[in-house]
Amino acid sequence: MITIQYLVQQAINAISIGSLYALMAIGLAMVFGILRLINFAHGDLIMVGSYTALLLLVIGLPFWVAALGGITASTVVGLIMERVAYRPIRGAPDVAMLLTSFAVTIFLENTAIILFHPTSRPFPAPPILSSVITLGPFRFAILDLIAIVVAGILLILLTLFVTRTEVGISMRAASQDLLAAQLMGINVNRVIAYAFAIGSMLAGVVGLLWSARVGKVDPLMGFYPVLKAFVASVIGGLGNLPGAVLGGYVLGILEILLQGLLPANLTPFRDAFVFAVLIILLLFRPNGILGTTEREKI
Amino acid sequence: MLLLENIDVFYDQVQALKCINLEIQEGELVALLGSNGAGKTTTLMTISGILRPRDGNLTYNGYDLTRASPLGIVQLGIIQCPEGRRIFGGLSVLENLQMGAVRRKERSGVKSDLEMVCELFPVLGQRLHQNGATLSGGEQQMLAIARALMAKPQLLMMDEPSLGLAPLIVSEIFKVILKLHQQGVTILLVEQNARQALLVADRSYLLETGKIVLSGPSSELRVNPKVEHFYLGGSTA
Amino acid sequence: MEPTSRSSKKVYLPSTGLTLVALLLLVIIGLVIIDLVASAYIQRIVIGIGISIILVVGLNLSNGLTGVFSLGQIGFMAIGAYSASILTLPLYTKSVNLPDLPGWLANIQMAFLPATIIAGVLAALVALIVGLSLMRLSGPYVSVATMGFLVIVQVILINWDTLTRGARTFAGVTPYTNLWWVWGWATLTIYVNWRLARSSFGRKMIAIRDNEIAAQSLGINVMRSRLLAFTISAFFTAVAGSLWAHFIMSFSPKSFYFAQTFSVITMLVVGGMGSVSGSIIGTVSISLLSEILRNAERGLDISFIHIPPVYGASQILMSIIFVLVIIFRPKGIMGGREINISHLWSKLFPIIDEEVK
Repeated sequence: MITIQYLVQQAINAISIGSLYALMAIGLAMVFGILRLINFAHGDLIMVGSYTALLLLVIGLPFWVAALGGITASTVVGLIMERVAYRPIRGAPDVAMLLTSFAVTIFLENTAIILFHPTSRPFPAPPILSSVITLGPFRFAILDLIAIVVAGILLILLTLFVTRTEVGISMRAASQDLLAAQLMGINVNRVIAYAFAIGSMLAGVVGLLWSARVGKVDPLMGFYPVLKAFVASVIGGLGNLPGAVLGGYVLGILEILLQGLLPANLTPFRDAFVFAVLIILLLFRPNGILGTTEREKI
Repeated sequence: MLLLENIDVFYDQVQALKCINLEIQEGELVALLGSNGAGKTTTLMTISGILRPRDGNLTYNGYDLTRASPLGIVQLGIIQCPEGRRIFGGLSVLENLQMGAVRRKERSGVKSDLEMVCELFPVLGQRLHQNGATLSGGEQQMLAIARALMAKPQLLMMDEPSLGLAPLIVSEIFKVILKLHQQGVTILLVEQNARQALLVADRSYLLETGKIVLSGPSSELRVNPKVEHFYLGGSTA
Repeated sequence: MEPTSRSSKKVYLPSTGLTLVALLLLVIIGLVIIDLVASAYIQRIVIGIGISIILVVGLNLSNGLTGVFSLGQIGFMAIGAYSASILTLPLYTKSVNLPDLPGWLANIQMAFLPATIIAGVLAALVALIVGLSLMRLSGPYVSVATMGFLVIVQVILINWDTLTRGARTFAGVTPYTNLWWVWGWATLTIYVNWRLARSSFGRKMIAIRDNEIAAQSLGINVMRSRLLAFTISAFFTAVAGSLWAHFIMSFSPKSFYFAQTFSVITMLVVGGMGSVSGSIIGTVSISLLSEILRNAERGLDISFIHIPPVYGASQILMSIIFVLVIIFRPKGIMGGREINISHLWSKLFPIIDEEVK
C-alpha cells in the first residue's frame, strides 16, 4: 500500500542514507580532485573511527567523548596514510596509486582482524539514538533525523570553508590545475594534507552514524560503504565536490527506489543493478551529472 | 639578478636544454624567442623549479636555486604566467586573484594591489564574480597576468602571452607589458611572436632546439638576417 | 702493408628457439620427478603456482599491454570455475547439491578437457559483450567499470541459487586437476601470450598503451585491440578457474572477489607489467613468499624464541611489500621487458677473439 505516510518515511530513509553516502563521497572527491587518486582505503577510516569509539565506550567514557575520539582517530590515520603511502608515489601513474590504495586497505583490514578478531562486535550506542519519534501520522528513526541534520551542518561548514578560506579556495584551485597552483606558490603538501584530514574526519563521522545504525562493528565494515561512496562520486562527477554531494543523495534515492520497485525475487540483486547503472552512466556520461565534458588535451 | 649558467635539462633520456647561459638584470625586459619545441617553456619551468637541471647553476641575487622547490622559488618573488593561461576556470575572477596573492605573507598591500590590477584591466573589475571559464581568451590572458601581478613579482616570467589571441588584443597585452616595464618590473618574456617581442624588449635570446644560438640587444637582433628570415617573415620594414 | 690474419675461436650460441625447447624439456623432466618423488605438499604448491601463472600471464595480456587496467578479471575466473564444475559434476552429486537445475544441465556430465574449454569460451563470450561497452573507457573509469563487473558477478553468484548454490559452498567437484593438466595449460598460455606480445598485434597494443592518441592517428583500431586482449585474457582466466575448482574441490563466491584480485595484481606488478617472463617471475616469487609467510603465521620456534601465531600477518606483509615495490621499483622486477635469451647466452659465453699476426 503506497500511502503518503509510506512515501514520506521512505523519503527520509533515502535522504538519511544519501547523507551518509554524500559525506563519504566528498572525502573521495577531495582527494581524487587534487591527486587523481581513488582512495579505497577511505572506507577503512570508517572502521578505524568506529573501533576507537567502541574502545572508549567500553572503558566507560561518555558517548560524546567516544565520538570525538573516533573522529580524531580517523583523521590521524588518514593523515598518516597520506604521508606514508601516498606522498612517496605522487606523480606515479593513476593505476599505481589505485593499487596502492588497495594495499593500504588490505593492511588496515588485516591489522584490525588481528587486533580485534574477525567477528563483529556490538556497538553500544546510547539508547536514545535507536529510538523512534512520532510526528502525527509519521514515525521517524531519531538516527535518520540526526544523520540528515549532521550532514546538513557539515555541508554548510564545508561550503563556507571552500569558498571563504584561503586554504579552501587553494584546494579548489589545486584540484583544477595542480601545476598552476604550484606556480602561484600554493603549498601543495599542505593543501593535500587538508584534503585528507577533512575527508578522514567526515569518514569518522559516517563511521559513528553507520555503527549506531547497524548496531555493530567489524573489521571489514568499510568495504561496502566505500564502494557505494565511489559510485556516488562517479554519478556526480569524479573530483567534483558538489557532484559528490549530489551523487550521494541520488544514490540513496536510487537504492530505496530499487528496493521498492524491484519484484521480490530480484531485490537481492539490488546492488548489481546499482553497479549496472554505474556502468551505463560511465558509458554515456563518464564525467557524471555535474562534470564538464573534458576533452583530452593533446 | 637572475643567472643561468650551463644549464642542461633532460626529459628522461631526451635532452631539452643544452648548456643554456642566460642572464637578466634588474629592471630589464628580456625576450626569449624561438619556435615551437625550442625549449622556451622548459626554460621557464626550470627557473620556476618544476623541472630540475641535470647540470649547471641557477642563481638569483646570489641565492643558489638549482635544487630549490617551486614553493621556495615563488617565495623569492619569481612568478610565472604560464603558457596557455592556466587560470582556475572553476574559480571566480576574484578568487583567481586571491590565489595569486597566496604567497604574500604581509597582507597589507593586497587590497591596493587588487584595485591596481582592476585599473589596469577594467574588464576584470567588471567580471569580478564570474567564473574564469566564462571569460574570453583575451580576458583570460589578462586575468593570468593580473593574477601573477597579485603576487608582487620581483621577476615576472610570461610564457607566450599572445598565443591564440586576436591582433587587437595582442597589442593591448603588449601595451600592458610595456607599461609594467616602465613601472620597473623585471620581465622575462617568452614569445613566438618575435616582431612584437623585439619591439618591447631591451635584450633578446634566440633559442633553437635547446641551444641559445643568438643573443644581444633587440636592435641588433631585429636586423639580423637569420631572425629576419625565419621569425619575422622576410623583412622588418 | 701485410694483412693480419685473424683466427677467432667462436662459440656458437644456442638460438632463442632452441633454448626454449630445452627449457620445456627441463620442465617436463622436472614435473616427472616431482610427480614421482615429491611429497603431496610440494605437489600442491607446484600446482598452485602453475594455476597462478595462468592467471597472471592472462592478466598481463589485458592489463599490462593495452593500458587498460581491469579489476574484474577474477569475475571470469569465477565463471570458469562454476561453469566447468557444473558440467563435470557427477550426476548423483549434482542431483543432491543442485536439485533445481534445468533438465539439460542436470543430465550432463562432461570430461574435464571439454568442460574446461567450454568454460573458457563462455567467459570469452561474456568478455566480448562486456568489453564491447567497457573497452571504450580508459584510465580510472575502466578500472571502476570493471570493478563494477566484478561486483555484479559476485551478486549474481550469491543470488542465483539454483545454479550456484548461492553463498553456500559449492562442493563435491571431482579432483581432476594434476601437475600435467596445470602445466600443460600453463605452457599453452605462456606460449600464446608470448607469441601475441611479439606479433604485430602485440606491437599495436604497446603503441596504444604508450600513447593512445598517437596510436589512433596511425590508424590502429584501439577498441578492437583492447577487446581482443580482454577476451583472450578472459578465456585463460576462466581456464585457470576451472583448474582451480577441480583442484580445491570446493569453493564459494567469496573465493572470487577482491582478496583474490589483489593477490594476482601483486604478482603482476612485482614481476613487471607488460612482460610475460616478468609475470612468471613475479608469480613464482610471490607464491613462494606467501607460502613461507603462511607457514610462519602458524607460529615459529627458532631455538628458544617462540613467535606466536598471527593469522593475517602474511596479508599485511604482502601489502607492505606491494607498496615498497611501487615506491622503489614501480616497473617491477623485469621492468616490463622480457628476458632476452640471446643476451643471456652471450653474457655467459663471450666470443673469444684471437689476433694472430
